[in-house]
Amino acid sequence: MALEDRNRVVILEDRVENVSGAEFPLSFDGQETAFNMESFRDSFDIKIIRVTPTDIEFDLIGVDASIANALRRVLIAEIPTMAIEKVYMINNTGIVQDEVLAHRLGLIPIKADPSEFLWKHDGSVPTDQNTIVFRLDVTCEVNRAAETGETDPKIKYINSAVYSSQLVWDPKGDQGVRFESNPIKPVHDEILITKLRPGQTISCELHCEKGVGKDHAKFSPVATASYRLLPEIQILEDITGDDAELFRSCFPPGVVDIVEERGVRKAKVVNPRKDTVSREVLRHKQFEGKVRLTRVRNHFIFNVESTGAIPPETLISQALDVLVEKCEISKTALAAAVKNGEEDE
Amino acid sequence: MEIDSQTATGHFQHQRLNGGSINNAEVLLGTGSGSINEKNLTDPIPTVEDKWQLLPAFLRVKGLVKQHIDSFNYFIEVGMKKIVKANELVTSDIDPRFYLKYTGIRVGRPERTDPDAADRLIAPHECRLRDMTYAASIMVDIEYTRGKSRVIRKGVVIGRMPIMLRSSHCVLTGSSEEDMARMQECPLDPGGYFIVRGTEKVILVQEQMSKNRIIVQVDGKGFTSAGVTSSTDERKSMSYVFMKKGKLYLKHSMISEEIPLVVVLRAMGMTSDKEIAQLIAGVDPFFLDLLSPTLEEGAASKLFTQRAALDYIGPKTKSMGRRPGVARRPAYEDALDVLGNVVVAHVPVNGSDFRAKCVFLAMMARRVLQAVSNNNKTDDLDYLGNKRLELAGQLIALLFEDLFKRFNSDLKINVDKVLRKPNLAREFDVHSQLMCHGDLITQGLSRAISTGNWSLKRFKMDRAGVTHILSRLSYIAALGMMTRISSQFEKTRKVSGPRALQPSQWGMLCPADTPEGELCGLVKNLALMTHITTDDEEEPIKRVAYALGVEDVALITGAEMHAPNTHIVFLNGLILGITRSAQRFVRQFRTLRRNGRIPAFVSVFIDDHRKTVNISADGGRICRPVIIVEKGVIRVTTEHIQQLLAGKLQFDDFLRLGLVEYLDVNEENDCMIAIYENEIKPYTTHLEIEPFTLLGAVAGLIPYPHHNQSPRNTYQSAMGKQAIGAIAYNQLNRIDTLLYLMVYPQQPMVKTKTIELINYDKLPAGQNGSVFVMSYSGYDIEDALVINKSSLDRGFGRCQVMRKFSTLVRKYPNGTHDRLTAPPLLPDGTVPERFKFIDDDGLAPPGTRLENGQAYMYKQTPVDTSGNPDSTTIEAPRETQYRMTPMSFKYPDPGYVDKVMVTTSDTDQTLVKFLLRQTRRPELGDKFSSRHGQKGVCGIIVQQEDMPFTDRGIHPDIIMNPHGFPSRMTVGKLMEFVASKAGAVKGELQYGTCFGGSKMEDMCRILVENGFSYTGKDYVTSGTTGEPVGAYIFTGATYYQRLKHMVADKMHARARGPRAVLTRQPTEGRSRDGGLRLGEMEKDCLIGYGASMLLLERLMISSDVFEVHICETCGYIGYKGWCQMCRSSKSMVPIKIPYACKLLFQELQAMNIMPRLVMEDI
Repeated sequence: MALEDRNRVVILEDRVENVSGAEFPLSFDGQETAFNMESFRDSFDIKIIRVTPTDIEFDLIGVDASIANALRRVLIAEIPTMAIEKVYMINNTGIVQDEVLAHRLGLIPIKADPSEFLWKHDGSVPTDQNTIVFRLDVTCEVNRAAETGETDPKIKYINSAVYSSQLVWDPKGDQGVRFESNPIKPVHDEILITKLRPGQTISCELHCEKGVGKDHAKFSPVATASYRLLPEIQILEDITGDDAELFRSCFPPGVVDIVEERGVRKAKVVNPRKDTVSREVLRHKQFEGKVRLTRVRNHFIFNVESTGAIPPETLISQALDVLVEKCEISKTALAAAVKNGEEDE
Repeated sequence: MEIDSQTATGHFQHQRLNGGSINNAEVLLGTGSGSINEKNLTDPIPTVEDKWQLLPAFLRVKGLVKQHIDSFNYFIEVGMKKIVKANELVTSDIDPRFYLKYTGIRVGRPERTDPDAADRLIAPHECRLRDMTYAASIMVDIEYTRGKSRVIRKGVVIGRMPIMLRSSHCVLTGSSEEDMARMQECPLDPGGYFIVRGTEKVILVQEQMSKNRIIVQVDGKGFTSAGVTSSTDERKSMSYVFMKKGKLYLKHSMISEEIPLVVVLRAMGMTSDKEIAQLIAGVDPFFLDLLSPTLEEGAASKLFTQRAALDYIGPKTKSMGRRPGVARRPAYEDALDVLGNVVVAHVPVNGSDFRAKCVFLAMMARRVLQAVSNNNKTDDLDYLGNKRLELAGQLIALLFEDLFKRFNSDLKINVDKVLRKPNLAREFDVHSQLMCHGDLITQGLSRAISTGNWSLKRFKMDRAGVTHILSRLSYIAALGMMTRISSQFEKTRKVSGPRALQPSQWGMLCPADTPEGELCGLVKNLALMTHITTDDEEEPIKRVAYALGVEDVALITGAEMHAPNTHIVFLNGLILGITRSAQRFVRQFRTLRRNGRIPAFVSVFIDDHRKTVNISADGGRICRPVIIVEKGVIRVTTEHIQQLLAGKLQFDDFLRLGLVEYLDVNEENDCMIAIYENEIKPYTTHLEIEPFTLLGAVAGLIPYPHHNQSPRNTYQSAMGKQAIGAIAYNQLNRIDTLLYLMVYPQQPMVKTKTIELINYDKLPAGQNGSVFVMSYSGYDIEDALVINKSSLDRGFGRCQVMRKFSTLVRKYPNGTHDRLTAPPLLPDGTVPERFKFIDDDGLAPPGTRLENGQAYMYKQTPVDTSGNPDSTTIEAPRETQYRMTPMSFKYPDPGYVDKVMVTTSDTDQTLVKFLLRQTRRPELGDKFSSRHGQKGVCGIIVQQEDMPFTDRGIHPDIIMNPHGFPSRMTVGKLMEFVASKAGAVKGELQYGTCFGGSKMEDMCRILVENGFSYTGKDYVTSGTTGEPVGAYIFTGATYYQRLKHMVADKMHARARGPRAVLTRQPTEGRSRDGGLRLGEMEKDCLIGYGASMLLLERLMISSDVFEVHICETCGYIGYKGWCQMCRSSKSMVPIKIPYACKLLFQELQAMNIMPRLVMEDI
C-alpha cells in the first residue's frame, strides 16, 4: 500500500475501503508502523474551529480512532451532570399522569455545576451537598381579565401551560450562598412541561442528583457529540466545461469552485472540509476514473453540542480528565497484572 | 365479442377491449354514427384535478360506518312501522267486541331510567361508565275498546330499544365538537355500535346469498338444478327445479318427493303442453328437444287436469302445523296451499291465478336447460353480485318482529284470561295489561345484543356470535371492526372458493384485510367507498318500468317472451315483463336515475347471456360511487371540484346533478370503468374517483402498499389493530377492562390519503424512529431489533396499561349489605402494611402507588346472606357478622390508582370501579412492527455511545437486520424509509398513498440536495471501535408500532406453587401461577433418551406423588399398615404412585370395577 494511502479511508461507490488503522508493529512488511511517541508529538494537534455558548467544533489530528472514540463516548456517557431524579408528588390533578410528568421533569437540563456536588449513593440521605431541590406549585385559573369571547387558552386562563421557568429553586443549607452569583435553574425557560385547565393543580418537590449518561440519558451533558473524518477530493484528471458545472453541483456549495485556466473552465476543489461525502459524484459516469474520494483517518472533526448545563469547552476538558482517570485505572490494573504475572512465574 | 358478465369485472373487460379497434367498440355500444371523429379521440383528455376531493366529501356524508347507521335508521324510521302495521291488531277469542289496534310507533330519545333524574337525556359515556344500556323508549299509539267505548291513547311505552350511536335517535347526532366534549364523547369515534349493560357491542355485517334470485348450480347428486331461496315476511323456503335423467323435477322441503315439473305446472292450472313448452323453451328447437323427455313424462303420468295433478301432489305434502280439532281437509287443498304459499313463496299468487308462479318456475326450468346446454355452466356462488350483506337494522328488525309478535300473543292470552272471568269489578282496560309486559321487548333486545344469540323460531334461525365486543385496543381496531363482514360459510369445509379473492370484489371489499388462519377469506372488510343499500320501494320502480315500455308478463305468451331481441325484465328477482329494446330501456332507466327520478341505489343491468334486464332495489347490495363518463367526456370537471372545495357543492349535489352515481356489483360489470383519465375510450361509461379506495380503512394505513408482496399487506392489516396508540379523545375518561395507551404517539412521517380521511393522524398508534438497516451484535437475528437505550430513556415506545377492577356493594335479601370501611387496626394500633393506603371509605385514593399484594379496596361482606329479613326478631337485632373481602394488586411491577368511580348501576346497587395504571418502557422481548407486516421483538437494548453514528452525529433509535428484506420483499418499506428520511430532512410530511404517493425520484433528489447519498445509504462510524463501517448503511426513518404483546404480561416461571384440589397436580396457566408442563412430545424425547429417572421425577415426584399402602393379599389400597378388606395388617407395603392414579382406582371402585395391584419383587 502506498505510503500516503495508509492514512486514508477510501470512499468507493459501494463500500468504504481501508477502514482500520495500522498503527501497530509489523502491519506492513519492512515498514515501521508501530506507535511512535516522537512522531506522535510532531503530528498531534488540536485546532479549535468554532466555540459558541452551546457548540464547539474542533479538529483532533494525529490520534487513532480509538482515542477519538473514547473521547466521544466519555462525552456522551460519563461526564456527570445534575438532573431531576426524584419527584415527590404532593398533588397532581392535571391530565399528565404522575410518572409521565416525573419523566418529563427529569429530562429538563439543569444549569448547575456538578463538580460542586457529591455523589448521592444508594441509601444516603439527601443533603445540601448532594441534592438540589426545586418546587413546582402551579394552579390553573380562569383569567378574569380576559374578554368573554376569548378562545386562546393562553389568554383565557392563567397557567394554562407550565414551563420549565416555573420551577422554583429552593436553596438548602448554604446553597443559597454558594450559588449566589450563579443561581441554579433550568437551562431553558421555555420547555413545556404540561398543560393545565382551570381547577387543575400541580404541586411537587423535585430533587436533583448527580449522575452520568450511561445510567440515564437525562444525565448526558451533550445533545450531540460526534466526529467525522476530514474529507478529501482528488481530481485525477481535469474536469472541464459543462462537466465542471455538474461536478460542482455534486458537492455542497463552497466545496468545488470553477476556475478559468487558459480559457478553459475547470473544476477545482476549494474546501473539501465542507463536503458531506454524499458520493453523488460517483454516480456520474463521466467522472469515472477522474475523481477519488478519501478521508483522512487520523483527522477527526469533532462536533459537540452541549445541553447547556456545562459550557462546551469545559465539557471537552472534563472528558479528557475522565479519560486520564480511566487510563490511570488501567495503568494500575496493568501494573498489578504484570506484577502478578511475574510472581506466578 | 363475448363478455362473461358473471366473472369478469368492468376493469377486466376494459382491458380486453383496449386491444380492440375503435370501430369495434362503436358497434358494441351502438353509438354507430360518426359522431366521434378521429380528431377528438387523439386529443388528450383533460384530467380532473383533485378529483380525490370527492372522497372526503363522500365520507362526510356517508362516513366509514354509514352502512350500519343507515341500516339502523331505516329500521327505526321505516322498518319498525312496517312491522307494526303487519301485526297491528290484537283481538280476543272470548269477547268478540274487544280489539286493540296499533296506529303508530316511534322511538324516543335515549333517556335515563332513574326515576328521580332531573335531566332525562343520557349521553352514551355515562352508560359506559355506569354499566347501563343506551336505549330509548318505544312508544306506540293504540286504539282499543274498553267495555263499549273506544279509547285512543298516544305514546304508550312498550319497551326500550337500544340505540345505535350516531344514529338518527342518538344524542350525538348533529352535536358540535364542543357538545361532544361536554358529553365526554370523542368526535372521531365512528359510532355504529350499541352500548348494552356498559359494554360496547357491534353487530357485524353478515354475508349471505341473495334472496329471491335464481341460482343455477350442480347439486350434491350431480344434477343441474336451479334453486331459489324465497324470503317473505312470513317464511323462508328453498325451491329447486332440477334435471334428472334428462327430465325436469321440482323439489321442495314441504313436498316429500320430487314432482315432475309438468305435473306441478298442471297443478297450477297450466294444463296445455304447448303453453308449458313455449314458456320454458320458446320456439327454439334445441331447447324444445331438451324439454321433450319432461313433457313425455308429463304425458305418461296421465295427470291431465289441474285437479288430477293436485290430487297427486296432495298426499306428498308435509303438514304445516295442522291444528288439532280442525277437520282434516282434502288432499288437493293441501297441495293448493303448499303450491300457493310455500313453493317459490315470494312470487305473489293472485287468488287462484298461478300464472306468475308458473312463469317463474318455467324461468327456473329454462335456466336449467340453458346450463345443461352450455356445458353445465352454472352460476358462480362466490360472485359478489350474488351476495347480500345483512346489517344491524335487518337483524334487529327480525328480532323486534319476533318479540313484538310474542308481546302481542302474550297480551292476547292475558286479555283472554281476564275477559274469561264472569264478572269484572271494573271495566277491563287493556292499557294496564300493556304496561306489565314492558320487559319482554326490552329484555329480549338487550339480551340478544349482549349475548349475540339470535334465535328466532319462525325463521329457524339460531345464530350465535352475531355481536362482538367492540375492540378498543386501538382506534384502528375499533374502526376495522365496524367495516368487518363475517361470512355464514362453515369454516371447517375445505373449499377454497369462498375464501379466494374474487375479481368482483374490486373496489367493494378490501383485498388485503382478512385474518390469517381458519377464518382467512371468510371474514372480509369493506373498501373505503363502499355503501350498502337499504330496501327501496318496488311499486314506483315498477310503474317507471312499465312507463318505459315494459310489457306486462301477464299479457304475453312464452313464444313472445323468448323471442329474439326480447329481454325479460326482472325486478328484485320477480319477472316484470319483457322489453324489445333492452339497451334503450336501460339507458332511459339510468337517465331517470341520474336525474333523481328513481332512488340512486336502484341498479339495472343487462345480462346478455340470459337475455334479461335485472333491476334491483333490495337492501344489502354492495355499491360504490363512480364518476359518470359520457361519450368520452368526464361529467365532473375541475370547476365542480373547486366548487366542492369552496363548500358550494356537497357530495349529494354531485349525485343530484348526475355527475356521480352509485353502481352495485352487477351493474359495475355492465359498465366500462376507466381507472385513469388517459384510459378513457369512446365506450367508457365511468371513471374511478380514486383507485386507492379499493383498499379498506385498515390496509389504507400502509405506505406504498402497491410495492409490497401481497401477504405482507395482509399481515399488517392484522397487526395494525394490535398497535398501541391513542384510542379516542376521551381515552382518559374511559374505564375499560383493558386499555393500552402510548405516552407520546406521533403521526407517521409518511402518510397516506386514507390516513387523513380516517383521522389516523389525529389518533395515531406508533412513533417515527430513526432506523439503521445493518447487522449489529448478533442479538438481531430472526427479526429481532436492537434498540437505543437513550431513546427509551427519552420516552420512545413508552406505553401505559390501564386495567379496570370493579365491585358491587351488594344488598342481600335478608336485609344485610356489603360495606366499604376503613381496614381494621393491628393490636398495636397501626394499620397493617397491606392496607396502609386505604382511606376511611375503604378505597385507595387516585395516585396511590401499589406494590404487589397491596390492597386498594377494603370491603366487608356479611357472613350470612341468606334468609329473610323477618327471621330476625325486632327486639334483638343480631349483630351482623362480616368477613373481609378486599381487592389486592396482583402484578409484579408496581402500578398506580388512576381513577376511582363510585356510582349506582341500573339495578340501584352501588358500583365501584377502579382503574389501575402501569407505565411501561420497552424491554427485552417486547414486540414492535413497522407498517409492512415486519414484526420483531426487541433483542437487545444498547447504550447510545455504542450505537453507530453518521457524520452528522445521528444515532439510530432502532437497528434492523437487513435479512428481513430479501424474503419478505417489502419494497414499500424501503420506500417509506427513504421518503421519511427526505421528509425529515426537508421538514415536511410525505405521502405513500397506494398507486400514488411521493415519487422516489423526488425523495432522492431531496436527499442529494441536503448532502445525503442518493441511495439513502450513508457513511457510518462504529460506536464501539470508532472506525468507519466498511459498508454504507441504509439509514432513514420508519414508523414503528408497538404491539400489545409485552413480556411483562407473559413472563412466567415457577418452582413450587399451587396445586389443583382434585388431582393434586400443579395448576395450569400463568394466571393461576401454574407449572410448566412436560408434555407428550417432551415425554417421548425422554423415553427415547432412556432417562427413566428424570421421567419419574418430572412426572411423579415433582408433581403429585402420593404414598399408598397396598395389601399384598388382596391388592387393594388400605390404610397405613391396615387392610380394611382383609382385616389384617400382615402384608401391607407402602408404595409411591401419582395421586391421580390413586384417584383413578377409587373412581373405578366407585363404579364397581375393582382394580387390584399385584406386588412383585424386582
